[in-house]
Amino acid sequence: MAALRTVTLSGPDDVAGWRDAARTLAAQGVAPGAVIWQTGESGDLFAAAPASIAIAEPSARLRVPRAFIDLAGAALLHRDPERFALLYAALCRLQAHPRLLDDEADPLIARIATMAKAVRRDIHKMRAFLRFRETHDDDGLRYIAWFEPEHHIVRANAGFFVDRFAAMRWSILTPELSLHWDGETVREGPGATRGDAPADDAIEAVWQTYYASIFNPARIKIGAMLKEMPKRYWKNMPETALVPSLIADAQARERRMIDTARTQRGGNAEAAWHALREEAAGCTRCPLYKNATQTVFGEGPTSAAMMLVGEQPGDQEDLAGRAFVGPAGQMLDRALADAGVDRAQAYVTNAVKHFKFERRGKRRIHSKPNAGEIEACRWWYEQERLVVKPQVTVALGATAARSVFGRPMTIGRERGAAHELPDGGTGWVTVHPSYLLRLPDKAKAAEEFERFVEDLRGAAALLRR
Amino acid sequence: MAQLDVRQKLEILADAAKYDASCASSGSIKRDSRGGKGIGSTDQGMGICHAYAPDGRCISLLKVLLTNSCIFDCHYCINRKSSNVRRARFTAREVVDLTIAFYKRNYIEGLFLSSGIIRSANYTMEQIVEVARSLREDHDFRGYIHLKTIPDADPALVEAAGRHADRVSINVELPTIGGLKRLAPEKNAGRIEGAMGAMTASIADHSDARRRYRAAPRFAPAGQSTQMIVGADAATDSDIVHRAATLYGRFDLKRVYYSAFSPIPDASAVLPLRRPPLMREHRLYQSDWLMRFYGFAPGDVAAAADETTGMLPLDIDPKLAWALRFRAAFPVDVNTAARERLLRVPGLGIKAVDAILSIRRWRRLRLDDVARLTVSIARLRPFIVAADWSPTALVDRQDLRPLVAPRPEQFELFAA
Repeated sequence: MAALRTVTLSGPDDVAGWRDAARTLAAQGVAPGAVIWQTGESGDLFAAAPASIAIAEPSARLRVPRAFIDLAGAALLHRDPERFALLYAALCRLQAHPRLLDDEADPLIARIATMAKAVRRDIHKMRAFLRFRETHDDDGLRYIAWFEPEHHIVRANAGFFVDRFAAMRWSILTPELSLHWDGETVREGPGATRGDAPADDAIEAVWQTYYASIFNPARIKIGAMLKEMPKRYWKNMPETALVPSLIADAQARERRMIDTARTQRGGNAEAAWHALREEAAGCTRCPLYKNATQTVFGEGPTSAAMMLVGEQPGDQEDLAGRAFVGPAGQMLDRALADAGVDRAQAYVTNAVKHFKFERRGKRRIHSKPNAGEIEACRWWYEQERLVVKPQVTVALGATAARSVFGRPMTIGRERGAAHELPDGGTGWVTVHPSYLLRLPDKAKAAEEFERFVEDLRGAAALLRR
Repeated sequence: MAQLDVRQKLEILADAAKYDASCASSGSIKRDSRGGKGIGSTDQGMGICHAYAPDGRCISLLKVLLTNSCIFDCHYCINRKSSNVRRARFTAREVVDLTIAFYKRNYIEGLFLSSGIIRSANYTMEQIVEVARSLREDHDFRGYIHLKTIPDADPALVEAAGRHADRVSINVELPTIGGLKRLAPEKNAGRIEGAMGAMTASIADHSDARRRYRAAPRFAPAGQSTQMIVGADAATDSDIVHRAATLYGRFDLKRVYYSAFSPIPDASAVLPLRRPPLMREHRLYQSDWLMRFYGFAPGDVAAAADETTGMLPLDIDPKLAWALRFRAAFPVDVNTAARERLLRVPGLGIKAVDAILSIRRWRRLRLDDVARLTVSIARLRPFIVAADWSPTALVDRQDLRPLVAPRPEQFELFAA
């Protein structure tokens, strides 16, 4: 077995040194297990076995794909001490399998690719999160940054900052290395500490103002923020100190916005309702528009305290374009009159605004809307509620109840009781008047009509006087 | 009114600008500040996000309005004429100085400038162009500039904007014409699209000229984008997806941004109070991605939506929804299937698909290999065949969805 070789690189990011040594070792057929890789400040290559390797040896036989050079250039900057050995192992395997790099599922290549990715991300994050502070020195303005990278990327990143800030004088201080740009050349210096960088910059307060103002409190996505801006970077960024208070305050701010909007009656409710009705006339949110004559929108004063919600327009409503004008509508009118409710003071609408039917000969027979159709049409119902803002909403029948409460309800069990609605106001459930029309037994029909009137009376009693 | 200082103005005018979703600084040309007298660089690829706000959005550009005063009265807009917000106005000089000061400290990639309409479209556009001109000519600023152009402004001003800016944009505002009529009565869909069409033509002309004469001026090298508000009108996801596809096709847009309508202070009575779920916006971005990079036609995305409501499911992504609906397209054999079929597999991204294609030229892939290329092999498994794996009857199972859908709490945690 061959003796172990030790290679000492000039520093943790000595990519060129690794390349020269690896090329020579591979050309000599030295096995990956027989090399120990070290980094030191001496810059003394091959200190342990200087005689055994001559760099000048012809290395033209060694061919590696361009992609490997790029991959190695990034992965070698990783902080993992095994990086030099891993890449040397890959280089050796490449000699036997020139297409190895195409195999990202190979465990070694996958590991190196993950390292390269981490390094590239760190390079990117340094470009993103490094912050300069303005200072004055003898020659004028100088911008100084303190940054703590995760990997050995500082030297590799110098070009970016020169490209971007060519006309500025700047210094980047990091624990391992410092860079100084004077407008002409980059000078390297030893590592520094946070205390070497300026502690403040007056413009940071303005930047914090911007950060707090550009943030939308109506949307909080802390996970998304942390994924891209991990906490380890926060300590050197002036704006992140604001994050906890922004989050804490956000929900309260959104709540306030909604409450203000709810209590302040918009002066343009009437105009809003007309515009809404016009927009609804062209609705294609579900397929029911195809066979119906027209959209039957709700009607009534936009200041109504009571909203009555039915199922869907029937045959006559579809032709007339108005809600509750057919037989069920007449039944409703009678019951409202008995209950002492003025229909003209209520806003009357339907959960579904197009007539759904099946054709039997010449007749169009009512067909119950399905959950999808109710859901599609609920958008309009919600818009109507926003304009009218009723105190009490009466759902007539199961379809209406589903729309008003957003869940299936059993009418028999839940009728005649007040239910809190999530957007404010009170909900109330009863049967649909067409149910009364379908009862064959006269006595039963009379009894049910009385219950219906009683329910409507109960709903009316909820109104604030 | 007392004079506001720059910081107070910034507070008002950044707040007023935050409803614009775009903050991208991507897709421009490679440019640096060497040999110049100023600062700034851009790249062809992705821009840099210099910070993230707690709303999860990237902060890449200084995004402000020149003024939040406006002669229009669009209901969804906090800056509309009838709104009670505090008004402020920057001078061109103040915006230029702020941009340079922020840029020098590495806070931003550049400037995204928009404005309320004051006096007239032309007057407003002149002010916007002046900021960009001063940055480029007086300060030799080579960072990113995104200008919002005003549909009714003089073509010469729009031309000047394009010469200074990396990207220009005009918002279509709402996905349906009915919605635009109701919520932005002074705006006109025809004029907006006319301006976008003119912009497309200018970009194409200049890029033609560049091909022939190297000295020809550049014109909006990062192209044109637009934005629409989701949830303020009756458009379904299916409507929105078709609308976006039309816009991409007609105007050669770089991006369509979707902005979930969010409650604004001093809202108009015409608007929904409560925001639509942010997840809806997210699903639309995913659909957009599927159309731009995964070979999905708008009809494919629409087919993933609920047939009756036209809405994409919120609990699973549109690609998975499509796969669950069209199970006959699966399983896909990773060792033989064509690229476009692999791209349909939920859980296989473009990079993974390309890696698979490159590996299988040399050897057959096993399930372990695919696992190393992807995030969750458990969710992916039912949809593929590998050398040592076949999903047997999995694809036909009624209860496939719970096996492949993410657990609900994972996304609801931050979605609210």
